[in-house]
Amino acid sequence: MIDGLMTAQAVPAEAAGDYWSMLFVFVLATFIGLGVIRRVSRLLYTPLMSLTNAISAIAVVGSIAVTGAEYPKTIRILGAIALFASMTNIVSGFLITDRMLKMFKKQ
Amino acid sequence: MTYAVDQLAAILATALFIFSLYWMNDPKTARHAVVAGVAGMLVAVLATWFQPAIVHHGWIVLAIAAGFVVGVPLSRVPLTAVPQRTALSHAFGGLAAGLVGTAEYFLGLTENPAQLTAFRMSAIVAEVILGFLTFTGSLMAAGKLQEVKWIPQRPVTYPGQNFGNVGVLVAAVTLGVVVVMHPTAAWSAQAFYAIAGLAVLFGVLLIIPIGGADMPTVISILNSYAGLSAVAMGFVLDNKLLVTAGALDGSSGLILSIIMCRAMNRSFTNVLFGAFGTVQKTAAIGEQKAWKQETVEGAAQLLEQASLVVIIPGYGMAVAQAQHKVRELYDQLTKRGVTVKFAIHPVAGRMPGHMNVLLAEANIPYTALVEMEEINPDMPQCDVALVIGANDVVNPAARYAKGSPIYGMPIIDADKAKTVLAIKRSKNPGFAGIDNELYVQDNTWMLFGDAKAVLNDLVKQFGSGGLH
Repeated sequence: MIDGLMTAQAVPAEAAGDYWSMLFVFVLATFIGLGVIRRVSRLLYTPLMSLTNAISAIAVVGSIAVTGAEYPKTIRILGAIALFASMTNIVSGFLITDRMLKMFKKQ
Repeated sequence: MTYAVDQLAAILATALFIFSLYWMNDPKTARHAVVAGVAGMLVAVLATWFQPAIVHHGWIVLAIAAGFVVGVPLSRVPLTAVPQRTALSHAFGGLAAGLVGTAEYFLGLTENPAQLTAFRMSAIVAEVILGFLTFTGSLMAAGKLQEVKWIPQRPVTYPGQNFGNVGVLVAAVTLGVVVVMHPTAAWSAQAFYAIAGLAVLFGVLLIIPIGGADMPTVISILNSYAGLSAVAMGFVLDNKLLVTAGALDGSSGLILSIIMCRAMNRSFTNVLFGAFGTVQKTAAIGEQKAWKQETVEGAAQLLEQASLVVIIPGYGMAVAQAQHKVRELYDQLTKRGVTVKFAIHPVAGRMPGHMNVLLAEANIPYTALVEMEEINPDMPQCDVALVIGANDVVNPAARYAKGSPIYGMPIIDADKAKTVLAIKRSKNPGFAGIDNELYVQDNTWMLFGDAKAVLNDLVKQFGSGGLH
């Protein structure tokens, strides 16, 4: 994403093309998501939601980029709070998902 | 070189996330899902952290440590509190998106205004609006679920509410369009703050008119928003991994919202603007009949002589902490050769799938948990339907009473069973605030009292040797 910032400022024309490919990725990922989620066991909707919570906390990579780069302090503070929030979701999301899944037994 | 490593890491992480969701299709493989998810996250975090542009490691370590300190206790909440935890994590997701969006805007404004292209600005505005409205909306939802004192549980409505709410959102979007067109004007920063403020306000206003019965749907919708705000962050940061992971989360929220809406025969707009759950002032449906009460002994006999018992649990069972007693009853009955099934309504509990988790915690095998559509054809063969703390999901009025707020909602056909036993704490109406004629049917017998106490007495009947 840092590379992304650099490209965006160096070659704006190419960056515009990049945005279209991002939109492309978004649409395809949504279709994959719909296909995969539709097959999820209905028993597991609650752990599914905590799992997707944790996965969407992938926002952590954006937060790391903002927090760790050579940016003004106020910007990095915003990044650090965002990093904390995402990290909380990752930790609690994966742990509680596993805790719940452990409980589903056949006998 | 680092670019290639970064991209490869993103592809690997995406694949792992997709596998993670795929493995959720069966409880047998589901725990692999967590392993794959954690692996994907580790790959993504490390690949980002090792980028040469990352120079301030102390802050990152600190924030990550703080995340662990808060995250670990949050993962140990009782299972009845999982809906609140989920809502809270949507709030955190929204907050992260909103803050990163704000940071990116001011970074562009102060360091490099040329970066604030129309496309990038639109993504930033979308990220900030979605992020902050998800933040406060989810906090409100978490507060309602936690039954925090100063947030009313029942839906709160006032004249012009929908008009006002939509107005706030329209104002935020309009300001957003203006800022996209003039990202670097002298007043743009102020306008940007106003957008964030309006989004914060909209999140609060959105949840005020929503009642408890709609929480499963609302949590799902907020889940979708949290995912979309991550997608918007991906567009802002030009990061495909964020876009794919956010899209997976967004589509999951979307599917769950649709399922929840269908399970209540409602539409999105109706959930968000309908203020469901206000107590109806209409007269009771049907003529007033008297309840028939059954003794614990009689109920135990009925259960023992049955060959198929269907237990229909509602959130009232969880409130009474009666799951473990239900399990004991299940054990006693199966030991005597009675087939026991649990009929699970899609909106039983306070979030999608909540009831399954609550029963699984009490060690009830998941093979005994049957979805509504699968159990309904068997209900006429059911000897005893045992309703524990459920109300609206077994209310026959949903089939025909056009004036009723639950009209059209699919229900579990408890009334078609040969005998109905219903455990109920009080004679008050349920979450949706409506009367239930199931309880006054000819073949229905009531057991009044706290679910846990009643079940305890029932189990004692079997254990004492009185029944064989």
